[in-house]
Amino acid sequence: MRTRAYQHSLSGSTLPPGETLLRVSDLSLRFGGVKALTDININVESGNIHAVIGPNGAGKSSLLNCVSGLYKPTEGTVTLRQQAKGRQGLSPEGEAGEIDEKVVSRLAPHKVARLGVARSFQNIELFDQLSVLDNIMLGRHIHLLKDPFMAMLWFGPAKRQEIRHRELVEEVIHLLKLQEYRNQPVGALSYGIQKRVELGRALAMQPALLLLDEPMAGMNSEEKEDMARYILDIHELAGVSVVLIEHDMNVVMDISDRVTVLDFGKIIGDGTPAEVMANPRVVEAYLGAGD
Amino acid sequence: MAMAAVETGRYHRSYASELRLWNTTPQRVRMIVLAVVLIVLPLVLDNYWMALVNTALIAAIGAIGLNVLVGFTGQISLGQGGFLAVGAFTSAILTDRAGVPAPLSIMGAVLLTAAVGMIFGLPALRLKGLYLAIATLASQTVIVFVVRRWDWLTEGEGFVDVMRLEVFGFSLSRANFDQQWYIILAVITILAALTATNLFRTGVGRSFMAIRDQDIAASAIGVNLTRAKITAFGVSNGFVGLAGALMAHYTEIISWERFTLDVSILYLAMIIVGGLGSVAGAIYGAIFITFLPVFSRMLADELGGVAPVLSDQLPAFEHAIFGLTIIIFLIFEPKGLNRIWQRIKEYFRFWPFRY
Repeated sequence: MRTRAYQHSLSGSTLPPGETLLRVSDLSLRFGGVKALTDININVESGNIHAVIGPNGAGKSSLLNCVSGLYKPTEGTVTLRQQAKGRQGLSPEGEAGEIDEKVVSRLAPHKVARLGVARSFQNIELFDQLSVLDNIMLGRHIHLLKDPFMAMLWFGPAKRQEIRHRELVEEVIHLLKLQEYRNQPVGALSYGIQKRVELGRALAMQPALLLLDEPMAGMNSEEKEDMARYILDIHELAGVSVVLIEHDMNVVMDISDRVTVLDFGKIIGDGTPAEVMANPRVVEAYLGAGD
Repeated sequence: MAMAAVETGRYHRSYASELRLWNTTPQRVRMIVLAVVLIVLPLVLDNYWMALVNTALIAAIGAIGLNVLVGFTGQISLGQGGFLAVGAFTSAILTDRAGVPAPLSIMGAVLLTAAVGMIFGLPALRLKGLYLAIATLASQTVIVFVVRRWDWLTEGEGFVDVMRLEVFGFSLSRANFDQQWYIILAVITILAALTATNLFRTGVGRSFMAIRDQDIAASAIGVNLTRAKITAFGVSNGFVGLAGALMAHYTEIISWERFTLDVSILYLAMIIVGGLGSVAGAIYGAIFITFLPVFSRMLADELGGVAPVLSDQLPAFEHAIFGLTIIIFLIFEPKGLNRIWQRIKEYFRFWPFRY
């Protein structure tokens, strides 16, 4: 499994590891008088699994929604940094070029997606009536032709494209071990499998950055272990940078390279898992050592 | 020949073979049977039945169009009647007054109806569900109002007489009118069904279904909701415009009474009874709804001796049967005739086992 050579790179980023991939600067989000996020500054480095943790209502999902375009932040910016390259195709390997900075906050969600930011949702948001295969093929949407006339003609570009992109989708299916569910409608699948399909759909985008909103919520420890393994596979085999929101501290401490802790919309800790664990403010606010 | 229970053990060696529409022997046999039936129909049916078949075929094209929008994209439309009117009047006026050859004027009708559909689809960018239904009801009302009151359209007569269809200098004969129309309509219906099927096995069609199932997730994977919804309105109403134009040339007379809200509801009934989100379902539904009043009339005649009230109150009886059918489908098989047909196929596939 680990040695299997995939033909397609699943990462859409060519930034060298360690470079800043996503920069959140002075981000604030208010709903009327409610301050969901206040002055958030985060650097996500390329090649990392970056966890965002915090108690319920700390603003984790709001932060993710600001990045992916579903919320418009009141103040501040989110910047995605990418190496300039040729046309984004199936294998986005290009010349090492200059680094291109794009402000993604306040863009429409589909435009953020086109820049290479993929995400999963806390409450599964799959296309229920479609098969696993169709759901993951939909992850390819940004790379497909949008011409309805070509589609209705079928023969020619439309058919060729279906076959070409199917090859990459099959690699995603293989990586996430979804083969046996391929043709089943996702609405009929179990919760754990649905979570995995959602991961696959996001991965099929060949994202520069993958945002995962509580991928292990509501799972038992065995399912959590599986999911952690898949996230590590995606990170190590496919080389995708991940921002992960998660409640389970054990998982977070085990798999992430860097952790940011939110409480009441503010950052109270940031660093390696060991540093965060040792931070007294984090211990007090989140780990509940006072109990 | 091995019995038809051979849909198991299907292996594909390439994605191209898996993407084929007809893979198995039973599928191919069914297609051949269908082709034979289509060829034999005009040889065995008289003019009365051929006229009904032709009406059903035109309805099938319109229902495919409506299903693209309602069943596949999840955007409710009550404007079907209005859009049929746009197609019908465009093609009729282009041939009769501008002297455009019929095939070209039908294409013009398709394009114009698609464009009008895209304009009236704009509310869909902000509205969903029932609210969108009411907004499309406005398009129905506005279009029928224009068709009724704009005297230029009907030259003040209230209707447009359409001349006998002439294709490439070949005019249809009186004697074989319905048989010749049948050939034209059958070919166009097959092409319409194929293009619609093709649409939904590619990325464009999948993005429509994504909007139906989860629009927020669709935007998060990069679907431009604005563009996709407007495209869906355009494609859908292209089919509807085609049906309207064919209706104009086939019936040779059009007036606003043919395009009222009742028609919109009737088409919604077709796709509900046939199966939402299925091209084949739209065709089954169109056939079913077209023949339902015919068979209820025959039933009333049969029962004339026992219950003469049925024949006396025929319109009421027809309406009752129609309403009852819709209710029965909604309760017992909301996925329509298409699902029933799938279940029959499954029964034989698994036979002698239950599952």
